[in-house]
Amino acid sequence: MGLNDPQWGKNKGDSGPPDLDDVLRNVNKKINNIFGQKKGGGGGDEGSRGKGPKQQSGGNIALILGLLAVVWLASGFYIVDEGHRGVVLRFGQYSDTTPAGLRWHLPYPVEKVEIVNVSQVRTVEIGYRNNVRSKVLREALMLTDDENIIDIQFAVQYILNNPENFLFKNRNPDEAVLQAAETAIREVIGKSKMDYVLYEGREQVAANATQLMQRILDRYEIGISISRVTMQNAQPPEQVQAAFDDAVKAGQDRERQKNEGQAYANDVIPRAVGNAARLIEESEGYKQRVIVSAEGDASRFEQILTEYSKAPKVTRERLYLDMMQQVLSNTSKIVVDQKNGNNLLYLPLDKLMNMSGSTPVSPVAVQPAVQEVMPDSSIRPRESFRSREREIR
Amino acid sequence: MKNFTSVFSGIIIAIFFLGSSAIYIVDERQQAILFQLGEVIDVKTEPGLYFKIPIAQNVRYFEKRILTMDTEEPERFITSEKKNVLVDLFVKWRIIDVKQYYISVRGDEGLAQTRLAQTINASLRDEFGNRTVHDVVSGERDVIMEIMRQKADADARSIGVEVVDVRLKRVDLPQEVSESVYRRMEAERKRVANELRSTGAAESEKIRADADRQREILLAEAYREAQKTMGDGDSQAAATYAASFQKDAEFYAFWRSMDAYRQSFKNKGDMMVLEPTSDFFKYLKNPAINK
Repeated sequence: MGLNDPQWGKNKGDSGPPDLDDVLRNVNKKINNIFGQKKGGGGGDEGSRGKGPKQQSGGNIALILGLLAVVWLASGFYIVDEGHRGVVLRFGQYSDTTPAGLRWHLPYPVEKVEIVNVSQVRTVEIGYRNNVRSKVLREALMLTDDENIIDIQFAVQYILNNPENFLFKNRNPDEAVLQAAETAIREVIGKSKMDYVLYEGREQVAANATQLMQRILDRYEIGISISRVTMQNAQPPEQVQAAFDDAVKAGQDRERQKNEGQAYANDVIPRAVGNAARLIEESEGYKQRVIVSAEGDASRFEQILTEYSKAPKVTRERLYLDMMQQVLSNTSKIVVDQKNGNNLLYLPLDKLMNMSGSTPVSPVAVQPAVQEVMPDSSIRPRESFRSREREIR
Repeated sequence: MKNFTSVFSGIIIAIFFLGSSAIYIVDERQQAILFQLGEVIDVKTEPGLYFKIPIAQNVRYFEKRILTMDTEEPERFITSEKKNVLVDLFVKWRIIDVKQYYISVRGDEGLAQTRLAQTINASLRDEFGNRTVHDVVSGERDVIMEIMRQKADADARSIGVEVVDVRLKRVDLPQEVSESVYRRMEAERKRVANELRSTGAAESEKIRADADRQREILLAEAYREAQKTMGDGDSQAAATYAASFQKDAEFYAFWRSMDAYRQSFKNKGDMMVLEPTSDFFKYLKNPAINK
């Protein structure tokens, strides 16, 4: 079994007669070795099987050939792991694709098998390698429709959907995926505006690129189906990053300003509503107060009127005197007898008023002034005035 | 017996050797030319097991799969507006006529690719020369690719090759132009930022003004309501007063005056200058019955 096996796996693509020759040479060598062993000192080994090497050699050859045939046939067994497919070639021509399990094919050189992993999701990365931070700018920077440059990193995931085509139709199919991805994304980006790619259109760009890639790869019959294109990153190039950030900030500023305006409105309007309600309530209060007090006043008047009409003169007199008493007892007053002197009388009212606020009016303060103003007038009226003043006080 | 085994093994080796040189296998991925003393006598494009005369005939194998020609360094092309662009492309091709392929490029892939590259570069130069940067980047990208594929294919047939696809990868501006693109992008962002900020301020002001307007209207309307209510109250009060006071207008005037006087003169600060002749003092001067 071990004779041919190592060759099988490696025996891809550029195989041919040289390989075949090698293998045959190996077989011959092996046979020679076996014979050589026997020639040398194989007696001990074969004691159990035969009586002597010379008598048995013919049978030995048959046995060896039989063994070789068994080994040869057994070399046709192979195991296909889950998620893999075995692609069987008969004399280089495709004959069968086998699912997972223990399989057998006609041994070399009639049939060969190549095992392909069909379930593994393979990935190619464009614009970066291994880590989004290790950018490959040559791949990542691309022109948009509006002649801006953007920086894109994305990964393409794909699986094999046709192992035969994958093996036979393209040299380096994995590389073809990378190439198709690059050309497809550049075509899609080239037809999109920058803002669309950077912001709202990211998903759409990935979807379009997926479709386009699939179309390109289908043309090559490559046996691959693109399962996903994931945008790792789509951003403006580093050189203009600051300006873009600022624009984003400006967007935030705009929202902030709007919110501030709204906050002002939310402060002012409820207050105004409150104030308006206060005005209305107050007016309602005023109305009620006016009406009710009018009713009160009216009722009081009518009650007095009833009594008044019974004794008008007395009531009137009483009311008048009540009033006068109240008024005069509460106010400062000066009684001037004008009939008796037709003179100009000077009263320093402002001084009197000031004094009346704090101290009682002093007649001494008044007197000189009066005298000055009226030097010719008799003393009597002044005295009477003064005396009366005192009386009233 | 020694002789027998060595002869036997010799025979086996000879059979293997002859057998192996009399058959050849063409793989799915290959096609083959069978030569007889240097002369092409057969072409095998289908995979399988074939026979040949040992020694006199030999076989050469060629790729049947799609091959790729990928330009290593981007090439400069000039567009119709005299701008330089760097273009990077790949070509998918395959050998469809092995004999022709062998005759014209001696089966040398490198040679075939050089030939393809020349054709494609020439036609690319033509196509780009007639188009603007915008056209080649977005508008007519697929048109250019299709035209180039057709041209390259037509030419490649003469070397037994089919061009499956020609695709532009990078169509970029050279570094120095990129810089000015960056500056333009920056300026444009600045414009956007300023616009955003100023519209933000405008909107904010609008909202504030609207709030102020609403406040004014609310207050004015409330004032109107309030005045109405107060007027209503006043009129009702007036009606009440009138109804009541009309019963004796003269007395009302007197009574009300009494009240008014009382209200008007109630501070010590109020100064009254009186004549002793006034009615109030009549008993002060003369206590006699006054009739």
